[in-house]
Amino acid sequence: MCSKAEQPDKQRVTICGLRESFDEVQESVLDLMRQNQYCDHDLFSVRVAFEEALANAVLHGHQGDTTSEIDVLWSVTSEFVEIEVIDQGRGYDPQTIPDPTANENLTLPSGRGLAMIRAFMNEVHLNERGNHLRMVRHKDQNHTQGAEFPSA
Amino acid sequence: MAETSMLQIFEQDGITNVEFVETNILDEICISRIGDELSSVVERKACPKVILNFKNVHALSSSALGMLITVNTKIGDKNGKLVLASLDGPIRDVFRITKLDKAFSICDTLADAMGSVRK
Repeated sequence: MCSKAEQPDKQRVTICGLRESFDEVQESVLDLMRQNQYCDHDLFSVRVAFEEALANAVLHGHQGDTTSEIDVLWSVTSEFVEIEVIDQGRGYDPQTIPDPTANENLTLPSGRGLAMIRAFMNEVHLNERGNHLRMVRHKDQNHTQGAEFPSA
Repeated sequence: MAETSMLQIFEQDGITNVEFVETNILDEICISRIGDELSSVVERKACPKVILNFKNVHALSSSALGMLITVNTKIGDKNGKLVLASLDGPIRDVFRITKLDKAFSICDTLADAMGSVRK
């Protein structure tokens, strides 16, 4: 967890649930990461997690309504990336989603978004209502920009 | 005007080799179109043998995984076979993290996939 003294100012934007809006805000964050020499591993991880968070906001938070507003906050430092995604929905209880990695659930076509966010980010917090996701990825200090993704 | 295909499809010796045109398979509309095109390929075959070549793919969302699961089920229903090939590090990681590497047949190279899909 980042201490209060380390908290940088966050940028904030309110977007609708359209592809163009997703691409714009994602590229803003990734650009800042590139400027701070994050490696390809970090860039890929944040991109996937960010995509899943925004997709969840539209599909689950807003029941597919792309006109509802989503608040996105982010900060990028030389040490970590923090992103918050807040939708206007009633939220959901992640405990109600079947474990997508359980053998009996491997053929379910949905329910992997939060699991992917948790896998690719170092810290993930969903508020009690379930409509405000905060996630942090720490910079991989062992790899520099342009380095190959480490093998699994 | 007809929509541009999301896939490049090559037929060889009864095997359908599919490459993705999009490098980032994230967008719901894009995923839906890829799913429709793949389903159309599967429906045309009595016993589909399909290789999905991921050499051009740089990012993949959970929705894309869901679409692939649906396609895999459709192929399985026709006693066919789906093999995924050329998944690089991060894409392979998506399958490993979600444990879908247990649900799909995955080969490192296209040559290996050709051998696997014939079995």
